[in-house]
Amino acid sequence: MSWWQRLWQRRHLEEQLEREMRFHLDQHTADLAARGLEPEEARRQARLALGGPEQVKEECRDARGTRWLEDLAQDVRYGVRALRQRPGFAAVALSTLALGIGATTVMFTVVHSVLLKPLQYPQPDQLITLHEETKKPTEYGNRWAFAYPNFLDCRNQSRSLALLAAWRIGGGTVSAPGQAEYVDGFEVSSELFSVLGATFLTGRAFVPEEDRPGAAPVAVISHRLWQHHFGGSLGAVGMPLVFDGRTYTVVGVASDGLRLWGDAADIFTPIGQDTGPFMQNRKAHAGINVLARLRPGGTLAAEQAQLAVIGRRLAAQYPESNEDRSFIAESLRPDVGDVRNTLWLLLGAVSLVLLIACANVASLLLARAVSRERELALRVALGAGRGRLVRQGLTESGVLGLLGGALGVLLAAIGIRPFVAFWPGSLPRAEEVSLDGQVLLFAMAASLVSGLLFGLAPALRAPVHQLEQALRAGARTVGGSARRLHGAFVVSEIALAVVLLVSAGMLGRTLLRLSSLDPGVNVRNVLVTRVALSPATLANNSRIRAAWQEVLDRARGVPGVQSIAMVDTVPMREGINELGFWTAPALPAAGQMPLALATSVTPDYLNAMGLPLREGRFFDEQDRLGSELVVVIDEVMAQHAFGGREAVGKRLWIPAMAPGPVRVVGVVGHVRHWGLAGDDQAQVRDQVYYPFAQLPDSLLRRWSELMSVAVRTSVAPFGVVEPLRREVRGAAGDQVLYQVRTMEQLASASLGRQRFLLLLFGIFAGLALLLACIGIYGVLAYLNSRRVPEIGVRMALGATAPDVIRLVLRQSLGLTLAGISAGGVGAFGAGRLLERLVTGVRAAEPSTYAVMILVLAVAALCASYLPARRASRIDPMKALRQE
Amino acid sequence: MAAKSDLPQGTLDLLILKVAALGPVHGYAIAQRLQQVSRDVVQVPQGSLYPALHRLEYRGLLAADWKETETGREAKFYRLTRKGKAQLETEAASWQRLTEAVGLILKMSEGGVE
Repeated sequence: MSWWQRLWQRRHLEEQLEREMRFHLDQHTADLAARGLEPEEARRQARLALGGPEQVKEECRDARGTRWLEDLAQDVRYGVRALRQRPGFAAVALSTLALGIGATTVMFTVVHSVLLKPLQYPQPDQLITLHEETKKPTEYGNRWAFAYPNFLDCRNQSRSLALLAAWRIGGGTVSAPGQAEYVDGFEVSSELFSVLGATFLTGRAFVPEEDRPGAAPVAVISHRLWQHHFGGSLGAVGMPLVFDGRTYTVVGVASDGLRLWGDAADIFTPIGQDTGPFMQNRKAHAGINVLARLRPGGTLAAEQAQLAVIGRRLAAQYPESNEDRSFIAESLRPDVGDVRNTLWLLLGAVSLVLLIACANVASLLLARAVSRERELALRVALGAGRGRLVRQGLTESGVLGLLGGALGVLLAAIGIRPFVAFWPGSLPRAEEVSLDGQVLLFAMAASLVSGLLFGLAPALRAPVHQLEQALRAGARTVGGSARRLHGAFVVSEIALAVVLLVSAGMLGRTLLRLSSLDPGVNVRNVLVTRVALSPATLANNSRIRAAWQEVLDRARGVPGVQSIAMVDTVPMREGINELGFWTAPALPAAGQMPLALATSVTPDYLNAMGLPLREGRFFDEQDRLGSELVVVIDEVMAQHAFGGREAVGKRLWIPAMAPGPVRVVGVVGHVRHWGLAGDDQAQVRDQVYYPFAQLPDSLLRRWSELMSVAVRTSVAPFGVVEPLRREVRGAAGDQVLYQVRTMEQLASASLGRQRFLLLLFGIFAGLALLLACIGIYGVLAYLNSRRVPEIGVRMALGATAPDVIRLVLRQSLGLTLAGISAGGVGAFGAGRLLERLVTGVRAAEPSTYAVMILVLAVAALCASYLPARRASRIDPMKALRQE
Repeated sequence: MAAKSDLPQGTLDLLILKVAALGPVHGYAIAQRLQQVSRDVVQVPQGSLYPALHRLEYRGLLAADWKETETGREAKFYRLTRKGKAQLETEAASWQRLTEAVGLILKMSEGGVE
């Protein structure tokens, strides 16, 4: 019989035990009676011989080996009863714990879902990514996206080990059926869907025959596009769809949630049908991403070896493009960017709050344990072992911890969605964030560990020695060790609160400083939006230039529009173009040239963005193809390139822009392109502007897919969106605006992370302050209540009420100061961490420490004043009579 | 009556197994048997008999069934299991060795160093 069966059949076993004992006694009594004893006497002797049936039974029960479980059940019942008897204590302890564990669980859920969980593809451990790698790095590094022909060779030659798939970001205008709109898209090779293990709501993936130049255009669409343009009809498969001016046949609808690098897209087209000029070029190409799934039996190492062989073969075959170029493979990891640091930082901060909560509950429990000392001593006197009492104490705090944890999980379940929605920008893998089994496991472990943390000190106080003293003194006095422990809890709570307060203070100052920075552009009343030209106009360059001119002209006529300009990379939004430059015709080696952010604009950009012109002129209509190539640089680049000497009129060599020199005609103010927070730390801060009109024809089409317009308005910027949309729609009605933002939004979003962290740290710090105050209050109130007789004696001997208040406050001040000095060290460490992890944070000024510590000290004194005043009102006569 | 000595540690189990080896037997009978066999020299506290029986049962050395006695009452009868039998043999053998060794040592001290 296993022990759990024994536990299960407890009642049955008890019955049998009872019958066995009765049989024994009856039999013995009968035997003794047969020897001539009186029945009464016989029974008495039989009982004596057995030695007390209850004790025997108890020992038999011990033999079952289920004793610990039965004790546990009893302790749990006892613990719950003890909590119910003191609802005030239970409410405070449980809500403290629920807050601590709930907040920690929310943070852990996010950390777990974003950083720890494997990717949500089937068998994610088989997925790998491939890159090209060159021996020598250039100024952009030595890792490169694949050239499409290289991908085809790698795919065909490593077929036995892994299935390779290619993809690149596309996107364009869907103009029929339904209303025209710009959608994100992916060009993918036919293998991609099987590599990812994607499923289809209806229809199918591409077949290899469709993934070739000249094949009939086919498309896979997303659930959203299917709903919007086909009304979710099952008949969508086989229907035509006009995308970027071409008519595609829909072959499948992908299940919701198909993502690449965390990005979702609305339309998938075969990459093999892309006949763009750079697709077949191994040297100059747009770059594609390569993803692969290892076949059963294939390993990453084998694939890497295979790729090395292929790389050498291609290098020999195409030395011009592939010399010193190899291919590397690595496991696919979620791309979460700098969110990692933010998340760990927040989990750390929230753990401090949980620790404070634990210290708080521990001091509450300790107070209770001390007042229960007499009860415990009595139980020891009656034969309870110390281990048993410690076990019972721990069970009680475990019950408390688990109950608090359950409430905390409830809070977390309610709070997790709003929290994710509140995340600045978009949280990577946000759609995967959920409370799952592992999170529950974490919450349970956190609750039990908390229970152990706050239960251990009180439990270990179970008395063994000096029983008699404990019994006699009872709950009247507090021994030195208890007072020291209480003090330790208060000190650690205050120390932890200092760490959080100073961190919040640092973040607050950072945010204040950053918000007051000049972004370099006048962000008031500026609308920026991308414009997708009508696909038909993209066919030739003169039509493209004409179409843009028309967009600008028509937009100028919209009421409320003051000035309008085109720009390829909008400040503080994604999108950069870094070009190497030099001030002399003899260029240094690759990788040695300084980089500048190049931005292509039209003449009105100066007015639309409100850039300050420092020297020379900005562009005008005379700067066109055929006239001298001109650029305008910012003051940082002017300083950097020309060392403060007159920059206007000087020449620059920018090989990626033009083979010959370009003329600097003006200098403008620096723009915080990398955001208010990030610009100071950015590696490339030099900025160079060049006229869109001088963009060479070869780049015109590509640039036209990226261009935005910046509109300065005399009314609220969003008010002009709809008229603008109508005005620029074009003859075919398929010219659309997308990614519509105001510059104010972008500037504010560039501080999103700092603001978010400040808010959370502020909440945590406030919580910490509150908990620490409750802790101080509770401990002092408790210690004072134990000191009533002592205070009574003091007052009887002539101490006045202010004396008593001073006595209590001095005690609290001592604890507070000890906590502050311990916390100051911790805060210094936390500050260094923040400096490293959060852009824009600088070392804390002493004033930050001073203010935060003052806040804490004042709060602590306020919290101790109440118990102090109560102590001062003790009636000495009553107090002494109590003794 | 001679002074009764306490049972050496661990020997109670051995004695119980030995008695049960003779055939199914209930607790009271085991107590009686032990008393008789050891001729009242060894004190078997009846109180520790039952916990020992239950321990042996849970360890699978004894099995128990409820059966009627000659007097027609239901009683719990213990019998030796296969595992119990093996245990009895090894324990009896080691007991034998132990008593021989102790006897030798005692003789040696009587005769002095030879």
